[in-house]
Amino acid sequence: MSEHLAQLHGQKRGRSGGHAAPHEPIFVDATRAELEQLFTRYPTKAACLLPALWIVQRLRGWISEPAMGEVADVLGLTPAYVKGVVTFYTMYHTHPVGRHFIQVCTTSPCGLCGAEDTLRALLEATGCRELGATSPDGRFTVSEVECLGACGFPTPIMVDDDFIESVTPDRIGEILKRYA
Amino acid sequence: MGFPHPSHPKETVVLSKHFGDAGARSYQGWVERGGYVGLRQALGMTPDEVTNAVKESGLRGRGGAGFPTGLKWSFMPKNSGKSHYLVCNADESEPGTFKDREIMRWTPHALIEGCAIASYAIGAETCYIYIRGEFTEPLRIMQDAVAEAYANGALGGNVLGSGKRIEMVLHRGAGAYICGEETGLMNSLEGKRGNPRIKPPFPAQAGVFGMPTTVNNVETLAAVPHIIVRGAAWHKGLVLGNPKSTGTKLISVCGHVQRPGNYEITLGFPMKELIFDLAGGMREGRTLKAVIPGGSSVPIMNAAEVEDCPTDYENIQAHGSMLGSGGMIVMDDSTDMVYQIWRLARFYAHESCAQCTQCREGTAWTTKVLERILAGKGKPEDLDLLLDLSENMTGKTICVLSDSCAAPVVSGIQKFKSEFEAYISKARKPAMVGV
Repeated sequence: MSEHLAQLHGQKRGRSGGHAAPHEPIFVDATRAELEQLFTRYPTKAACLLPALWIVQRLRGWISEPAMGEVADVLGLTPAYVKGVVTFYTMYHTHPVGRHFIQVCTTSPCGLCGAEDTLRALLEATGCRELGATSPDGRFTVSEVECLGACGFPTPIMVDDDFIESVTPDRIGEILKRYA
Repeated sequence: MGFPHPSHPKETVVLSKHFGDAGARSYQGWVERGGYVGLRQALGMTPDEVTNAVKESGLRGRGGAGFPTGLKWSFMPKNSGKSHYLVCNADESEPGTFKDREIMRWTPHALIEGCAIASYAIGAETCYIYIRGEFTEPLRIMQDAVAEAYANGALGGNVLGSGKRIEMVLHRGAGAYICGEETGLMNSLEGKRGNPRIKPPFPAQAGVFGMPTTVNNVETLAAVPHIIVRGAAWHKGLVLGNPKSTGTKLISVCGHVQRPGNYEITLGFPMKELIFDLAGGMREGRTLKAVIPGGSSVPIMNAAEVEDCPTDYENIQAHGSMLGSGGMIVMDDSTDMVYQIWRLARFYAHESCAQCTQCREGTAWTTKVLERILAGKGKPEDLDLLLDLSENMTGKTICVLSDSCAAPVVSGIQKFKSEFEAYISKARKPAMVGV
């Protein structure tokens, strides 16, 4: 992109997004080295897309469009292709979420054992109130998830990368305390 | 054993012997428990001898399809000059199934050893283990175990001094049920959307990265070292029902039972004993109403069908369903079948990759019709509409996701029709509002 066009894009972003900060490159220094390491494990660069997106989410909390553009750039893909992949998978966030992201399994086996009560209690206790919403203090986002693969331990939930089994409404207060 | 419960005397404990035993997680701990003997032994055989042993054992795919494992391996080309790949399907996401998770959490080296043996048999120098994104703990444990296996020479450029190269890469999924379908998984591994591929070509001809590939489930691969060490005849002799169903199977029992958990049975074990004896039976004062025996994608069985059904591939099929992944969802008499079938349909509608019209439209339409029924706004012709939709969703798409949605709907209407009719005739209070 020529410098002139880049400026135009910058201005446009400034107008529509208000205070949108310019994209800080992600794949530099140690993160670039991590990516180079990934390249050795697959016969194509494209195969590093899911791992690269995990790196972005780990460092930035979510995957913005400029970040998708950067991933496309480092892997030799197009931004549209990367966006198509990002949006296929439920675990990649395409918008900012609360400091702690909670996923509650409500699929049939857990549903039979009271998962919907657990979900309602979590929405209430976190202050999120609505599925996919972030609590007013920015602390939590609560989402429903399809089968977490721990059906013998209803209800399993995930808080960020922590997998917690056998969650019942009465345990929620104690669990949330662990996450500031 | 029925982790987290103690082993039941009626179980045949092979794969689950060390569940709950954290000492089995380390390389040294695994070796002390008899680990890596099978790999060493296999490396002393020819790849064809290994494949034949697995063929003779009668081992069948434990992920759901039940395809003979040795036969699948034998489809791999010989001297193709191409890179061969083994892909381990650790995307366990079939509702009701939670066995592969325990294999990876407690016995990671059993899986690594099985993968190494399979890689050797099919001539693969690289094995990818595709682990679903939500399995953060199994992933951490597997990462440690793979690093230890490399450090001890069980993986890498000279596996146990044999001169053979086997590399292992753990690949994390990102949340998509359909990536448990082997061709969807391969696309996902290549960095694409997890859309299943049209077959043929089958993976053995053109799999991941266009190369000859074998995809096996975690439990299948974990069983392989035992077959090498104890012999094909031992495995073949583990039969209680149909002789085509051999070996042990982890059955994940969940839902309305007293002791949900993973129970390891010899195939052919009576389903009724599994539910009432091993898993502790129904909750206090409740009776059995229905069982989905093989993960949510198979037809629902009613209590009468469970009564005399041996738990194996052929017998469950003869009783109107399928063994599938062995994820057994048990429902008691308090269960609203219409609501549960709706919840399953919603699952499939959410997970459809949307490539095929029958699936994309069919799963969503089915869900909406069921919602209408649950809201007390169903029409008498809705049941025929659901059956018609299901017929159009069966056997007409690239993969079987839409068939899986149709299975509980059709069997549910056949076996629990009066519950649907009760909503439609308004004899039953609506379970949903605002639809």
